[in-house]
Amino acid sequence: MSETAKQLESLLARRYKHGFVTDIDADTVPPGLDEDVVRLISRKKGEPSFLTEWRLKALRHWLTLSEPHWSHTTYPPIDYQAISYYSAPKSKTDGPKSLDEVDPKLLETYEKLGVPLHERARLAGVAVDAVFDSVSVATTFKERLIEAGVLFYPFSEAVQKHPELIERYLGSVVPYTDNFFASLNSAVFSDGSFVYVPKGVRCPMELSTYFRINAANTGQFERTLIIADDGAYVSYLEGCTAPMRDENQLHAAVVELVALDDARIKYSTVQNWYPGDAEGRGGIYNFVTKRGECRGRNSHISWTQVETGSAITWKYPSCVLRGDGSSGEFYSVATVNNRQQADTGTKMIHIGRDTHSTIISKGISAGRGQNTYRGLVKILPSAHGARNFTQCDSLLMGGKCGAHTFPYVEVKNPSATVEHEASTSKISEDELFYCLARGISREDAVNLIVSGFCKSVFKELPMEFAVEAQNLLAVSLEGAVG
Amino acid sequence: MLKIENLHVKVDGKEILKGLTLTVAPGEVHAVMGPNGSGKSTLANVLAGRPGYEITAGSVTFQGRDLLALAPEERSREGVFLGFQYPVEIPGVNNVYLLKAAVNAARKHRGLDEVDAFEFLTLVREKMRLMRMEESMLSRGVNEGFSGGEKKRNEILQMLVLEPRLAILDETDSGLDIDALKIVANGVNTLRSPERSLVLVTHYQRLLDYIVPDHVHVLVKGRIVRSGDKSLALELEKRGYDWVTGEAA
Ligand SMILES: Nc1ncnc2c1ncn2[C@@H]1O[C@H](COP(=O)(O)OP(=O)(O)OP(=O)(O)O)[C@@H](O)[C@H]1O
Ligand SMILES: [Mg+2]
Repeated sequence: MSETAKQLESLLARRYKHGFVTDIDADTVPPGLDEDVVRLISRKKGEPSFLTEWRLKALRHWLTLSEPHWSHTTYPPIDYQAISYYSAPKSKTDGPKSLDEVDPKLLETYEKLGVPLHERARLAGVAVDAVFDSVSVATTFKERLIEAGVLFYPFSEAVQKHPELIERYLGSVVPYTDNFFASLNSAVFSDGSFVYVPKGVRCPMELSTYFRINAANTGQFERTLIIADDGAYVSYLEGCTAPMRDENQLHAAVVELVALDDARIKYSTVQNWYPGDAEGRGGIYNFVTKRGECRGRNSHISWTQVETGSAITWKYPSCVLRGDGSSGEFYSVATVNNRQQADTGTKMIHIGRDTHSTIISKGISAGRGQNTYRGLVKILPSAHGARNFTQCDSLLMGGKCGAHTFPYVEVKNPSATVEHEASTSKISEDELFYCLARGISREDAVNLIVSGFCKSVFKELPMEFAVEAQNLLAVSLEGAVG
Repeated sequence: MLKIENLHVKVDGKEILKGLTLTVAPGEVHAVMGPNGSGKSTLANVLAGRPGYEITAGSVTFQGRDLLALAPEERSREGVFLGFQYPVEIPGVNNVYLLKAAVNAARKHRGLDEVDAFEFLTLVREKMRLMRMEESMLSRGVNEGFSGGEKKRNEILQMLVLEPRLAILDETDSGLDIDALKIVANGVNTLRSPERSLVLVTHYQRLLDYIVPDHVHVLVKGRIVRSGDKSLALELEKRGYDWVTGEAA
């Protein structure tokens, strides 16, 4: 037993494979945040006045808030005035029109990350909206999407092309008053993705964005808004990895999803931000607000996340089940290794009648990692016949990590059914030995067993990303296992 | 092939094997019989390298090498196969995926490239037909929800695909119905060759009707108290272990 634990630990010293920095000139504003900075951001982007005003309201609200500390995480104080809130790659005009115009260095970077943008995008039929620092520099597969009537733009472009949609939906799921990090994001958000799928349209391909933090000391404040109109369907994948850094980098994104009548949105995340070194130095702080609203009848929102990166992960992709008969799902794999901390889970807010939600959470802790599942299932008085099923499983590797589960349940309607299952286990020595006895190395054996543990989540990922996620899991637990 | 000399093994401070000596030559089939708790599975596990066993004295050489110095995965890659008495379930891990990982680990060890996916599947399907296994069992979790007999057949399937030099089958016949016993025995027999050796741990003479052993050993309280040919198994069946234990005392 203890021998295995020791082997687990000795293998814990893994290296981050995606740690490097691309040398691209950035146009960065000096650190600090006040109304002038917000106006500057808005002006640089040529935004309409409603948006400038909205940002300013958010900033004013944010100034009244203080950073929350209820999560099961610890980190040194963040100096928000030391962060630079805008950075854009230098470009001659408004940015490249095609891949040929993209900075070859950037393409090289994606190459190193194993994201051969041009090839993979074409092969997998994925439209890739690559976000480099704060400004989008490459968008592909525009034509097919235009043909289908799907609007898929970098957020800033959508602001120019469809200000009416932005004005109507921005902040309608996550208001600028929602929480400290959402307010901050609302004031200074840089760019992100915008998707609108019109009535009755099934988006012809997976939509995907690769995020990346690059310029030193610039927080990333992504803003994503996805709207599926009546009867529409869209599947969106967000994946990211970041270069090696010494300073902690703040990432406070906001994602809003709106599903109207009979609409379905599938949102998948593979998160691989730089987790910091073995002591946790230099990793990303990932403080994200993600929420979807099933606004229409029988609408459906499904969140799938594979969280392997970041020094600290703090996110609760949630569903507001407003429409009668609507349903929400949350499938999550979260791994922590070394000094990583994750406090993640979901909120399912049942408002409409016959609303259903499913929560499957798999937490894997290794090294000195701390992994917390925090979930809220709230059934309001109006939610007759609401149903929830929650399953939270934790896997511990070695004796120095932690797994914590905080399932909150509030039921205000007696006709509701809420089921909760939870388990905490270690990698079974018998399972491990069985694999070893078949010649499989310890490391491969553990990866095999861990991916078996995560299977019910992986199977929710779009096919081409399931493999990627599995590899990522192996990389992130590399060395975690004996 | 395999040479065990004066092997002493402790589990949790208690001596289970007390000076066991056994030599298996290439091509031979040895049956190890003995009462419950006599140390048969302990012997099998120690040969496969399961952790938790303390070897206090003795040696084991396999093809001239010190077997006990090898990690379990190395033993497997060198051609030692343990058919488990109680095969474990590994939820969510594809049966065929595990098998492929095992084959590739062994190939890598021999300096070969990864197996071609198509050839591999063809081979596995052929062996499954031999074992009369449903093809759907390939895509299920490893032993997940398999019946007792199905688990045993799955062990033999793995053995047939891995083609070990030395197979130690720990009560592979237990829990098999009469037809399954024949299928399993037939599967095992296809692997018999002058280069391959077999150690069969069993309680029943019936298996030995199908897989005829060259030698039969009786293990009692951690020692081999009697060895003989096939007729010893028949005699044991008639007279019970008291006959040998009485004699050994
Ligand atoms: N982990 C352990 N702790 C204590 N005793 C153990 C342990 N493992 C095995 N033993 C003991 O070692 C002895 C031999 O067990 P073993 O499983 O080798 O017997 P066996 O001959 O295979 O029996 P069976 O025919 O029932 O399969 C038994 O008395 C058993 O209880
Ligand atoms: Mg036994």
